[in-house]
Amino acid sequence: MFNRQIAKSPNRQIAGLAVLLALAIALPFLVSNYRVFQLNMVLVYAIVLLGLNILTGFNGQISLGHGAFYAIGAYVAAILMDHFGWPYWTTLPAAGVVCFAFGFLFGLPALRLRGHYLALATFALAVAMPQLLKYKHVEQWTGGVQGIVIVKPDAPFGLKITPDQWLYLFTLAILVVMFVVGWNLLRGRTGRAIVAIRDHPMAAEAMGVNIALYKTLTFGVSALYTGVAGALGAIVVQFVAPDSFTAGLSINFLVGIVIGGVGSISGAFYGALFIQFVPNFADQISKAAPWAIYGVFLLAFVYLMPGGVAGFVRLAWLRIRGVRTRANARSALSEMTEPRRTP
Amino acid sequence: MEAFLHQVFSGLATGGIYASLALALVMIYQSTNHINFAQGEMAMFSTYLAWSMIDAGLAYWWAFLLTVAISFITGVVIERIIIRPVERAPVLSVVTVFVALLVIFNSVAGWIFTYTIKTFPSPFPEQPLFGNRYISSHELGAIGITLGVLVVLYLFFRFTPLGLAMRAAAQNATSSRLSGIRVGWMLALGWGLAAAVGAVAGMLIAPIVYLDPNMMSGVLLYAFAAALVGGIDSPFGAVLGGFLVGVLENLIGAYVVGTELKLTVALVLIIGVLVFKPTGLFGRVFVSRV
Repeated sequence: MFNRQIAKSPNRQIAGLAVLLALAIALPFLVSNYRVFQLNMVLVYAIVLLGLNILTGFNGQISLGHGAFYAIGAYVAAILMDHFGWPYWTTLPAAGVVCFAFGFLFGLPALRLRGHYLALATFALAVAMPQLLKYKHVEQWTGGVQGIVIVKPDAPFGLKITPDQWLYLFTLAILVVMFVVGWNLLRGRTGRAIVAIRDHPMAAEAMGVNIALYKTLTFGVSALYTGVAGALGAIVVQFVAPDSFTAGLSINFLVGIVIGGVGSISGAFYGALFIQFVPNFADQISKAAPWAIYGVFLLAFVYLMPGGVAGFVRLAWLRIRGVRTRANARSALSEMTEPRRTP
Repeated sequence: MEAFLHQVFSGLATGGIYASLALALVMIYQSTNHINFAQGEMAMFSTYLAWSMIDAGLAYWWAFLLTVAISFITGVVIERIIIRPVERAPVLSVVTVFVALLVIFNSVAGWIFTYTIKTFPSPFPEQPLFGNRYISSHELGAIGITLGVLVVLYLFFRFTPLGLAMRAAAQNATSSRLSGIRVGWMLALGWGLAAAVGAVAGMLIAPIVYLDPNMMSGVLLYAFAAALVGGIDSPFGAVLGGFLVGVLENLIGAYVVGTELKLTVALVLIIGVLVFKPTGLFGRVFVSRV
């Protein structure tokens, strides 16, 4: 009933998104270059979080290793630009394809693991990544501990905007494509299969869903998103080094989807804003123990918005729209965000 | 042969460290079905408490006992106040709460005790025991205490009514509640016990890796690995897993790939074990009813 109510006005929804997009395009011309850089990183993280959410939120496979795929994407872009002189925009598909392959291959052993065990296996990948990048036999490609410095691309077609502004717009365009594709992937037959595997694998199998194939493909697609974002991140930061891709990055990504809203597409943006800005904000509050403040923020978000920011926004929206009773709003909310528990 | 034995023994010594923290992880898992990411930082904080007491002039063993007691209470309080509200939340929310605890403990420790590295005393003599050349007496003592804790825990869980109640509460909360077990308090007790075991682990580790707020970051990962390889629901498996991971890490580092990749190879091995035995070497296989 509520779903129909929400879906009743697709035109209004599209109009709303168009307004948001227009705002996002205008934003880099209103703020300083440093802010543009920060916002650019938010867009990059949003792509990662969408990719991770497809795997963890929609498919139910917990990954603590997406920092590794992000690193692979970043290094593919850096190596192609630095060693082979590829233009920056051609590195994105390459990063995507490489990460898809890695993700798919990693998804094969991951099929046998679930819950904590999968979390550990993926976490091991994240922990091992900096060491592998420093390994002496690949050093001629990866640049070892020093990493690789990339030149920031200028705006093409003689546009009169700064490189930062151009990169922001470029990232935004990629992001729109990735989100439209992701949204289409998740709302159709494939998306239903992915969610069904999370909610009840056995029932899904009985309905004819090929679990092994879907799970590994989902892993691949998720890694693809993360890899493209990694390549974009490398171009934006203009630098890759093994120690920027620690296990902490992977944990940050997971925190991002929980704060944003597990199993929600829009949640990627809220989560990205959180992991980009809250650490800075915490630093401003207390120089002595910024991470303690960050931790308190985390706790506050988890306690006050159990469905993530996206869930909270949805609940608030339903209230405004006149879904009065708390119980109704709750059930509409849980339909969207929580895995349904079937006995 | 001499060098090989040396590698094995120093592997056993570090393995003892992993084992003691893995034991704490398994404790929390047994009573709550969660893996506590903040376990290492809680142990680190307890160790700092012990350090301040010793620094203030308290005798080592008194400080040791007091720290264990305080850690127990802290664990119970954390469960009651911070973990309780997310008891029914999805796993990912709980994980996030653990991450929050981790950064809070780490940051507060750095704030109160500063980031300078401190030495922590060992209760054992400096001379190696029995004149052996392979293992220091602190390392031997640490292994001994870990095994001792394991035996005490085994006896507690196996033979006391409270231990039985705690196991029941973890396994089937609803049935336990119906038979009159106060499930909430059992969970809190589990946290307390785990914090206490963690404190012991921290105090045994600190003389080896030195005391600083980030001392646990490396150890915790191996402890996870140990716990999972041994089977997350088996304390015995966790301890054995700890020794196994320690020895393997050392031998592979020394003979196969060199030290720079030993972390990677150790982790690959662990994943290998899990792929062939997804519930760990000694874990129970759960069969779900349709």
